[in-house]
Amino acid sequence: MDNAKCECGHVNPHGTVFCEACGKALYNKEEKLLDMRYEGKKRRSEKYNRTIIDKIWNFFSSVKVGVTLIVLALIASAIGTILPQEGNINIQSDPGEYYRETYGWFGELYYLLGFHNLYGSWWYMLLIAFIGVSLVVCSLDRAVPLYKALKNQKISRTVIFLNRQRFYNKTAIEKINEQDIEKIKERLQQRKYRISEENGNILAEKGRFSRWGPYVNHIGLIIFLIGVMLRFIPGFYVNEFLWIKEDETAAVPGTSQEYYIKNHRFIIDVYDETDGEVYKKALEEKGAIVKNYQTNVTLYKADKKLPGEKPELKKVGDYEIKVNHPLKFDRFALYQSSYELNQFSKMTFALTDKKTGESLGNITIDLDDPRETYEVKDDYTVEIVRYFPDFEMADGEPRTKSMNPVNPAFVFKMITPDKPEGEISFTAIQQTVEPFGENEYKMEFQSLETVSASGITVRKDLSLPIIALGGIIFLAGLVQGSFWFHRRIWLKPEEDYLHIAGHTNKNWYGFQREIEKIVHGTNIPMPDDQAKK
Amino acid sequence: MRKKRRLAIRTVILSVLVLSIASVLFLNGKTDERETAAVGQEAPDFVLQDLRGNEYRLSDYRGKGVFLNFWGTWCEPCKTEMPYMEKQYRKYKDQGVEILAVNVGETDLAIEKFAKQYQLSFPIVVDKSGEVQKAYGIYPLPATFLIDPEGKIVDYIEQPMTEEMIGDFMERIKPE
Amino acid sequence: MTQASSHLLFCSFLLYLIAVFFYGGAIRQKKGLEESPYKNGASFSSKAGIIITIVGFFCQLGYFITRWIAAGHVPVSNMFEFIAFFSMMIVLAYIILYFLYRTVVLGLFTMPVVIIMIAYGSMFSRDITPLIPALQSYWLPLHVMTTAAGQGILAISFIAGMMYLIKTIDQKQRSWKRFLLELIMYLIVVVIGFVISTAGFRATEYEVAFTWTDQDGNESTAVYTLPAITGPNEWEMVTGNRMEPLFEAPPFIDARKLNTVIWSFIIGTVLYLLIRLVFRKRLGQMFQPYVQRINSDLLDEISYRSVLIGFPVFTLGGLIFGMIWAQVAWTRFWAWDPKEVWALITWLFYAAFLHLRLSRGWHGEKSAWLAVTGFGIIMFNLVFVNLIIAGLHSYA
Repeated sequence: MDNAKCECGHVNPHGTVFCEACGKALYNKEEKLLDMRYEGKKRRSEKYNRTIIDKIWNFFSSVKVGVTLIVLALIASAIGTILPQEGNINIQSDPGEYYRETYGWFGELYYLLGFHNLYGSWWYMLLIAFIGVSLVVCSLDRAVPLYKALKNQKISRTVIFLNRQRFYNKTAIEKINEQDIEKIKERLQQRKYRISEENGNILAEKGRFSRWGPYVNHIGLIIFLIGVMLRFIPGFYVNEFLWIKEDETAAVPGTSQEYYIKNHRFIIDVYDETDGEVYKKALEEKGAIVKNYQTNVTLYKADKKLPGEKPELKKVGDYEIKVNHPLKFDRFALYQSSYELNQFSKMTFALTDKKTGESLGNITIDLDDPRETYEVKDDYTVEIVRYFPDFEMADGEPRTKSMNPVNPAFVFKMITPDKPEGEISFTAIQQTVEPFGENEYKMEFQSLETVSASGITVRKDLSLPIIALGGIIFLAGLVQGSFWFHRRIWLKPEEDYLHIAGHTNKNWYGFQREIEKIVHGTNIPMPDDQAKK
Repeated sequence: MRKKRRLAIRTVILSVLVLSIASVLFLNGKTDERETAAVGQEAPDFVLQDLRGNEYRLSDYRGKGVFLNFWGTWCEPCKTEMPYMEKQYRKYKDQGVEILAVNVGETDLAIEKFAKQYQLSFPIVVDKSGEVQKAYGIYPLPATFLIDPEGKIVDYIEQPMTEEMIGDFMERIKPE
Repeated sequence: MTQASSHLLFCSFLLYLIAVFFYGGAIRQKKGLEESPYKNGASFSSKAGIIITIVGFFCQLGYFITRWIAAGHVPVSNMFEFIAFFSMMIVLAYIILYFLYRTVVLGLFTMPVVIIMIAYGSMFSRDITPLIPALQSYWLPLHVMTTAAGQGILAISFIAGMMYLIKTIDQKQRSWKRFLLELIMYLIVVVIGFVISTAGFRATEYEVAFTWTDQDGNESTAVYTLPAITGPNEWEMVTGNRMEPLFEAPPFIDARKLNTVIWSFIIGTVLYLLIRLVFRKRLGQMFQPYVQRINSDLLDEISYRSVLIGFPVFTLGGLIFGMIWAQVAWTRFWAWDPKEVWALITWLFYAAFLHLRLSRGWHGEKSAWLAVTGFGIIMFNLVFVNLIIAGLHSYA
């Protein structure tokens, strides 16, 4: 059963919908109109269905399957927006607990089903991947036969073929004169139809290239998906984050210590009166609106070196990193992503005589690098016995929660001429404890210096050009397929009649109006829409 | 003939698709795993200074086993482990096993006080820039790497250790 | 300048309203409704209707330009501005399709949609707001305006689809289709309910403030401009002598917005019932005579054609420009932000639509239902995702 023989004697490849030679339907003979999709060529997949490979191929080649996959992806994506995704919210505690506490039983169920990370789940990715497979298979399966059919188009078609087109009519041939044919040809040319003639048969065709639109846009989508897949290859995609304080210099993560930045200053500006009268009302209503987030940095390049080794920095340049204006260098981009104001950096205390209230002098402690002893003045020194950058009490013991100066506390030993062995004082923010009885001196808090820190996102994405290429091709294909149509008009003079038939791949109404304008004022009849009952 | 060729083309296309999808799913699934400084890999080399400014380079320890420990003064299990490490250090020092304790970048004052309190004699170096922690993919403390005399990572321990465990670890990286 | 801008918008609003009457007049005449361009020309009413529409469009364009000059940035940065621009794009799409297909009946249905849209948008804050850093980019106008243009064209497909359904669905027989069509009509009336309740209480300068506690235990204030039917979590009234809330909303829902939604439904339902009572007809039935004389193939084609034109424009503006901008502003081209996901859903939906139509032959009624649903998704994204789900895209 590989070939189908038509009544006319022509042997067609198996699966052909209507005879290549005479245009008689080989299937669905009772239907009045021909199925013109793929020009009557059967999709390749429907020809063979033997091995497992063929079966898989045929499965993905079906548009029904493709649409089902699209609809499934659509529903899954929608489910993912019911509650915020884990990656888009800042969860401090256990995510399962967070969802239960915030959204009740529904949140718990949502978490249990894995919907809190839906778009990164294996099944969602598999769904998208299946759409990709469907794209490849469907396109190959249809583009090849369609190309062959349109390339080897016949100019003279049989009457059977013509009168089974949706738009068809005929008229007695003696009514038609040379001028009618000339006029119609002229009008067709004006309307950008390409005209081919063969023994008086005319084929006028335009916009054939729009038939390739769907395949072009599918290729674009496939390239896009390939780009997305490449991001999973290590090294193709870098996504790091750096907290950097003002005046700090740090290696840019992800660059293997090749680049360093120094944060000179973090700037945050808000709108005010100077920005114009028009904003006045909005500012009154909403309070402060931020105008600019910016980090001023110097970028350095370092020689190749080992982790931990002191780098030799060569300045590349001074830059401003702002929202919407990332700093780009060597395929990397640094983004202004976050900030933290008022991080403690230095604290100043005064050694004070409690009785007189007299200050004997100040000491300033660098919270990131405190010294062991501080000279206040001759014979007056202060020693730091213990330093707790992030102080807390646990089981009655003072300790530090981390190494960051979030809540600094000190155990001071104050050595003075009248107390040469020293007095011990525990000093934290708004709290002083004197564990060994009443002291004569105290460390009085004077001032606090703070710095801001910038949160900088570091990104490198080598797949971007591929993704962009995919996007451009997709859009070009989409426009090609949607803004143009493939229209054909056949004219066939016969012994008694002149036949006219028309076919378009879409927008039949507009096509009808166009034919009307073409045949207007000639004796060539307006084709009827045979699809209308 | 043509049918065979068609089947071959289809097989090739489908297997390329299946392979690429499988690798993406695989790469996506294993993001939790260590990418750097995994067991069996060569230990990333580094240079760090101790509080006195002496430089320590990991590769200088070739031929010796290295017990590489990352710690912080606020980390409770570190406090427990340190005396055990000190004891084992004294025992294995002459057998070719060294301890290198990398502080995760605290103040000199805190480290000095801590070292004095626990009377630590093995070298303590400070990773102020965090680069070494990054190279070793450190997140929770304490974290310990066992490095054999050839410079390969033999094991990675992310949990508090008993003295016995430390002794066993020392045995594992002792040069023959 | 701001003043002039508001006046111009109001002018266009009135002109569109007047155009509706001319379109209504046009379809009573036989002239201009035939399919063949050689059989008859346009009637006076339909010419007047399209001219007034075009003048209205230029008024609205004037609003847009003057507001741009006043604000110093392209006015597409908040809900009011977006909807005003969106409605302008619907008008533009209609004008283009008018000249492609010369059909005035489409105008009769498009203009009311535009009018409701402008009224809806005007209920949001009309203050000119300065741009936050994330919005300070030339991608803001590119992304938003192109998206709005695409959605405006897709709106025409919805309108033509609705007309198709109004024309073809049998109103005499009880069916799901009849019910669904009526439900859509009802929802449109609810939007009018929103406009009436908001504008009504705004005129009386109603205001009530509550302090309330959110899910993290933080206390904050909520100011309602509508009487509170639902109060925020653990509410306490600050302004005295106002109506007490009837019930309390859960903490993760914005109670003020929920309250507005409830009011819209109440007023909308009352309005709907009144219409039913007065005319003794379903809305679908009421509009049916107006679409009787238009060719359903033409409606089908207009609906499909607008998807063909609108879909690529939407893809370019909503997805491609959006992705480029996200890469610049948010560090990554895709962040799975709810609004972004719903744009993807919209895109997937129209992709499915095109495949169903091309390969499975879903023409006519099926296609009309799809066009209506597609626009429903766009509206859902504009209204609910913005107001309820709120992510990186929240403006209003």
